[in-house]
Amino acid sequence: MSNLIARWWDGDVAYSFRRSPTAIVAAVVGLVCVFCAVFAPWVAPHNPLDLTTLELSDARLPPFWMEGGSTKYWLGTDDQGRDILSALMYGARISLVVGLASVLLSVLVGVALGLIAGFRGGWVDGFLMRVCDVMLSFPAILIALLVAGVARAKFPDAGASVAFGVLIIAIALTGWVQYARTVRGSTMVERGKEYVQAARVTGVAPWRIMLKHVLPNVLGPVMVLATIQVATAIITEATLSFLGVGVPPTSPSLGTLIRVGNDYLFSGEWWITIFPGVMLVLIALSVNLLGDWLRDALNPRLQ
Amino acid sequence: MGAFILRRLLQAIVVMVSVGFIAFLLFQYVGDPVLILLGQDATQEQIRQLRADLGLDQPFFVQFWHFLLNAAQGEFGLSLRQGAKVSRLLGERFPATFELALVAAVLALVIGIPMGVYAALRRGSFLSQVFMTVSLLGVSLPTFLIGILLILIFSVWLGWLPSFGRGETVQFGWWSSGLFTLDGWLHMILPALTLAIFQLTLIMRLVRAEMLEVLRTDYIKFARARGLSDRAIHFGHALKNTLVPVMTITGLQLGGLIAFAIITETVFQWPGMGLLFIQAVTFADVPVMAAYLCLIALIFVVINLIVDLLYVVVDPRLRVAKAAGH
Repeated sequence: MSNLIARWWDGDVAYSFRRSPTAIVAAVVGLVCVFCAVFAPWVAPHNPLDLTTLELSDARLPPFWMEGGSTKYWLGTDDQGRDILSALMYGARISLVVGLASVLLSVLVGVALGLIAGFRGGWVDGFLMRVCDVMLSFPAILIALLVAGVARAKFPDAGASVAFGVLIIAIALTGWVQYARTVRGSTMVERGKEYVQAARVTGVAPWRIMLKHVLPNVLGPVMVLATIQVATAIITEATLSFLGVGVPPTSPSLGTLIRVGNDYLFSGEWWITIFPGVMLVLIALSVNLLGDWLRDALNPRLQ
Repeated sequence: MGAFILRRLLQAIVVMVSVGFIAFLLFQYVGDPVLILLGQDATQEQIRQLRADLGLDQPFFVQFWHFLLNAAQGEFGLSLRQGAKVSRLLGERFPATFELALVAAVLALVIGIPMGVYAALRRGSFLSQVFMTVSLLGVSLPTFLIGILLILIFSVWLGWLPSFGRGETVQFGWWSSGLFTLDGWLHMILPALTLAIFQLTLIMRLVRAEMLEVLRTDYIKFARARGLSDRAIHFGHALKNTLVPVMTITGLQLGGLIAFAIITETVFQWPGMGLLFIQAVTFADVPVMAAYLCLIALIFVVINLIVDLLYVVVDPRLRVAKAAGH
C-alpha cells in the first residue's frame, strides 16, 4: 500500500498537483469542508438536531465578533437558538451525501447506456442519442423540478427516505446524459481498435469485451466530468432545497438553511443565511477548481 | 435552403410531439383527474359517467390526439389548486417573465461583449485579470445566492432598491408592462441583474476566447499589413467574426434565462410564470406543470429555429455550403 502511494506521488498526476498552487489550496479547503461534514457529530460544538439542547433565549445571536455575540456560538445562532456553525457542518453532510449519491447514480446509468450505444450502434444508438438531445434541450433545474413535482403528486404523503430517494434520482436524471455522450463517443473509437478485434476473434463474449476491455479505456474523461458534476449536483440540491422541493425539513441541508435564513434577511440577521451560502460556494468552488486541474493533468496534449 | 428549413421544422415538430407525450402521460397517470374532480366517495356510476364525459374511456391514442389538439390551442384545462383556466393563469404571468428575461439578456450582451473584447485585446492587464476572476466566481455562485446577496447589499444595508414584486405596471390590453414606469424599472434592476450575471460571464468568456482565436488568423495579419487602423481591425473584422457563436449561445441561453427565471422569481417574489410553476410543483398541480413544460418547449424550439435561420443570414459560408449541398 505504501509502495503504491509512493509510486503515485512520483507519477505525472501528483507532479502536476505539486506544481499547481490553485489545486493545492482547493484541495485543502475542500478537505476541511469534507472533514467537518463527515465528522460533524464529533467536531461540531453543538448538536443542532437535538431539540432538547436548544435554548430560545439564545435565539438570533450574532457572530462572536459583533456586539451581543458570544464565543459559545462562533457564527451566531438562528431563530430557534441553533448554533450556525454546527448546523453548517451537519448541513454540509447532507449536501455531500445527496451530491455524491446522485453523481454515482448518473455515472452508473450514463456509462452503461453510453457503452451500449457506442458498442451496439444501430437503432439502439439512434434512439438513445435522440433521448439525450431532448434531455439536453431542457435546463437541468427544470427536469429536476418536474421529477420532484411528479413525485409529490404520486406519493403525497411519503416519508423522509422516499423524499431523499426522489431528490437523488431527480438530480441524477439531469446528469447522466453527459456521461452517456462522452462514453459513446470514446467507445466508438475504441471499438475499431485492434485489441477489441483481437478479443472478438478469440471468441470473448461481447459484454465481457465491453466491461473488461473497452470500459477501462474510456473512463478518463468520465472521471473529470464526475468531479465537476459533484459541484453541479451539490448546487442543484441546494437550489431545489431553497425552492422548497428538496430534502425534508427535518434534515436541513445547506440549501434549506439558506431558505430559512432568507426570511430573517430584512430584520438584520444576515448571518443565518450568508454563512451557509459561503460554505456552499467554498465547496462548489474548490470542487470546480480541482476538476479543472484534473482535466489539465489528465490531458497529455496540454503538457 | 428550403430543404434545410423544412428539415428543421420537422425536427421541431418531433420535439414538440414528444414533449406533448410526456405532458400527456403526466395528465393521465399522475393524480387521477376523475378522483380529484369527484372526491373520494363518488359512486361507480358517477365515475363511469364522468370518464365518458371526459373521453377517458377512449383508446389511448385517440385520447393523446385530443390532448394534442387541445394543447395546440393552448387549452390545458383547469388548475387543480386555483380552479382557474391554466391558459389564463399562464397568460397573466407571461409578460412579467418575458420582460425580465428580455432585460436580463440585453444587460448580459451590452455588458458582456465589451468586457470580453477588452479582456481579449488587453490580455494580461490588471482589469482583464479582475474580469476573469469575477467571471469564475459568477459561474460558481448559485443564482439564488447572487439574488440574496444583492438584496442584502442594495435593499437591506443601503436601502436603495426594492426587492419584492414588480412595482407599478401599465396595462396594454392583456399585457401588463413594468417598462413604462420609474417604479417598474427600479423593481426590475435587482432581478434582471441576478438573472443576467451567469449569462454575462458566459458571453464574456466566449467573446474573449473567440476574439483570441480570430486575432491569430491570416486575414487579421493581412489587414494589419494593409495598414488598417487597430479600431477597424478589432471591431470591423475581428469582432464581427466572433458574433456567430455568440449568437448561438445567446439564443440557446434565452431559453435558459426563462428557466432560470424560476429561481430568480422565487427570490424576488416576481409574479411571473416561474413562480406559478414553483407553486404548482409544491402543490402537485399537474395541469399547470404540464402546460408550463409545453410552453417552455415551444419557446426553446422557436428560438432554436430563429437562430438556425439567422445563421444562414449572417454567415455567407453556410449559404454557399447549403446551396452546394442540395
